[in-house]
Amino acid sequence: MEFVVIGLNHETAPLEMRERLAFQESKIEEALCQSRSLASLKENMILSTCNRVEICAAALETERASVDLKDFLSQYHHIPLKDFEKNLYVFSGEEAVRHVFRVASSLDSMVKGEPQILGQIKDAYGTAAKSKACGLLLNKLLHRAFHVAKRVRTETRIGNSAVSVSFVAVELAKKIFGTLERKTVLLIGAGEMCELAARHLVSGGAEKVLVTNRTHERAVALAQEFKGEPIPFDDISQGLRRADIVISSTGSPHYILTHDQVAKVLRDRKQKPIFFIDIAVPRDIDPSVNDIENAYLYNMDDLQQVVNQNIQDRELEARKAEAIVEEEVTKFVHWYRTLDMTPTIVALRKKFEEIRKKELEKTLSLHPNLSEKEKKSLEALTSAIINKILHEPLTLLKQGQENGAAELYLDTLQTLFGLSEKLPEKLGRENLKEIPESNDLK
Amino acid sequence: MNVFLFKFSTFLYLLGALSYSAYIISLKDYLSKAAMAAVFVGFVSHTLALITRYAEAGHTPVTNLYESLSFFAWMVIGVLLIANLKFKIKVLGALLTPIALILMLFAYALPKEIVPLAPVLKSFWHPFHIVFAFTGNAIFALAFCCGIMYLVQEHQLKSKRIGAITQRLPSLKVLDDLNYQSLTYGFPLLTLGIITGAIWAEYAWGRYWNWDPKETWSLITWLFYAALLHQRLTVGWRGRKAAIMAIIGFLAVLFTFLGVNLLLSGLHTYINWQ
Repeated sequence: MEFVVIGLNHETAPLEMRERLAFQESKIEEALCQSRSLASLKENMILSTCNRVEICAAALETERASVDLKDFLSQYHHIPLKDFEKNLYVFSGEEAVRHVFRVASSLDSMVKGEPQILGQIKDAYGTAAKSKACGLLLNKLLHRAFHVAKRVRTETRIGNSAVSVSFVAVELAKKIFGTLERKTVLLIGAGEMCELAARHLVSGGAEKVLVTNRTHERAVALAQEFKGEPIPFDDISQGLRRADIVISSTGSPHYILTHDQVAKVLRDRKQKPIFFIDIAVPRDIDPSVNDIENAYLYNMDDLQQVVNQNIQDRELEARKAEAIVEEEVTKFVHWYRTLDMTPTIVALRKKFEEIRKKELEKTLSLHPNLSEKEKKSLEALTSAIINKILHEPLTLLKQGQENGAAELYLDTLQTLFGLSEKLPEKLGRENLKEIPESNDLK
Repeated sequence: MNVFLFKFSTFLYLLGALSYSAYIISLKDYLSKAAMAAVFVGFVSHTLALITRYAEAGHTPVTNLYESLSFFAWMVIGVLLIANLKFKIKVLGALLTPIALILMLFAYALPKEIVPLAPVLKSFWHPFHIVFAFTGNAIFALAFCCGIMYLVQEHQLKSKRIGAITQRLPSLKVLDDLNYQSLTYGFPLLTLGIITGAIWAEYAWGRYWNWDPKETWSLITWLFYAALLHQRLTVGWRGRKAAIMAIIGFLAVLFTFLGVNLLLSGLHTYINWQ
């Protein structure tokens, strides 16, 4: 049995194609049932997010399974295969394991290190487990993937820095004010940009929103949305005296806030710091405001620069993460290779054969007068006994490979018969508690 | 016994300082925990060192430079432990532990014999004077660290270099609050230290105030902190200005404590320099 992953993501397919191939959340269980009827698949799971659609499966023959899965995708979504075949990637065996680990660790994400993907995989796995589409192999693979993701998260700093302008603004505000709680935000301009930035700050804990705008009606409207307070445009200074964070985004061709005005306001408010975010182009706030004590001014470029820096940092951390993934892939592949029965069967046969030969030789040396014919029949007799004894265990072993008991059987056999082959390292179930409840697993 | 415990504490503070530095570089939580543990055990052993020395000497063991430095270091670590309970700022340990360590190493090099207390100094007020003055100084050491961190963090934010340093340092607000709180505790303690000192001087030398260099410098330090507190409360001096003042203030404290003994001579000199 091997793992197969087939799918497409933000790098291989345009949004339009990802949309067409996406599975509706409510219909995933149904889709799992349908795909399970494919003879080539033993276990499978469907992951469908806005950036990727993937089917992860365990199959006896990977070649056939990938063909079947492609056809399944095409039929399920009623799209001819040739339309999207070039967007698909197919991984099998070790490659598939690596891919699943990388996706779970958010190394394959559009923004590396973003945390949502792990939750999405957990949900996808939960759904698959609920509809009994997962068996031993996928259970192991996914639990291991969660473990790897956890390692990456704790051992690297891949998810530590903000990589969007809004989050950088929130992070900066926290570095200035400690917390956003009980902070007042002043919006200058009632445009969409202001609104968006303010939403981030409010969800980050900011308490009050003041809005001022050249056309007062729009200020009133936006203020209502935030349960805030409109301020007359001529009275910006009054707003500044009360605000801790100022977001400015007007279409004004010249500066709306000047150095002297801000300096005076700061004196009036006993130097309580103000964080200015100027997202207007051309700028609304005189850059020299940043020189005033206790005033911190960031414009769009400044924020973007921080974002770029953070993205670079993430790339560095991503390299460490890749090394962790590699290590885990090696371990995991080693484990599931040992699930392969062949070496054990060969070893078992060899052991029995050796015993038989040795005992036969002893017997023959005691009876040197036996005829060739008698020798032959002794030979045949002993071989037959061994084959009869081994018949049932070997049949069971082969079945075990399919019903998930393989590990147990191998373990027992190797212990009982002292087969010297080294047992694989036990892969822990330490992450079971992170997995959504699924008693049906067993 | 007390000297052995003192050396053991020095060693633990060294371990703590090293683990804190490693923590600052790697940000691995277990390192800060290890550092905290080392510092805590060091503090306990240091406390025992002071107690045994007190038992052996029969008076508060703060009579010469070795003892003063050791006591000061003990206070600094004590303030660190208390601050750690209240504020979860791990960087603080990374700054205060080395300061305590330097004081300990300085003391390490000095003669450690117990000398009998000069009769003139035997007084009910001696321990009070010592405890108030040194607690105040240790708290000012905390304010000093906050001041430095504030200036660095502010510089990073103003120059828009947001990276490893910004990430490791606390927010400006927290640093400024801590600076202010240190002042509100440190200043009254310094005041009490000076008052008890004056009362003691009245008993020992017959005058409340002798204008010896230590007294003069204490007064200068006191006036300096009084000015800072006043500006803070009235004009709203905060942030940068307050941080710079806290740094200069602590330098004045250090000069009063060490510089006066080493460079100037006066009534206090013979207490510490033997």
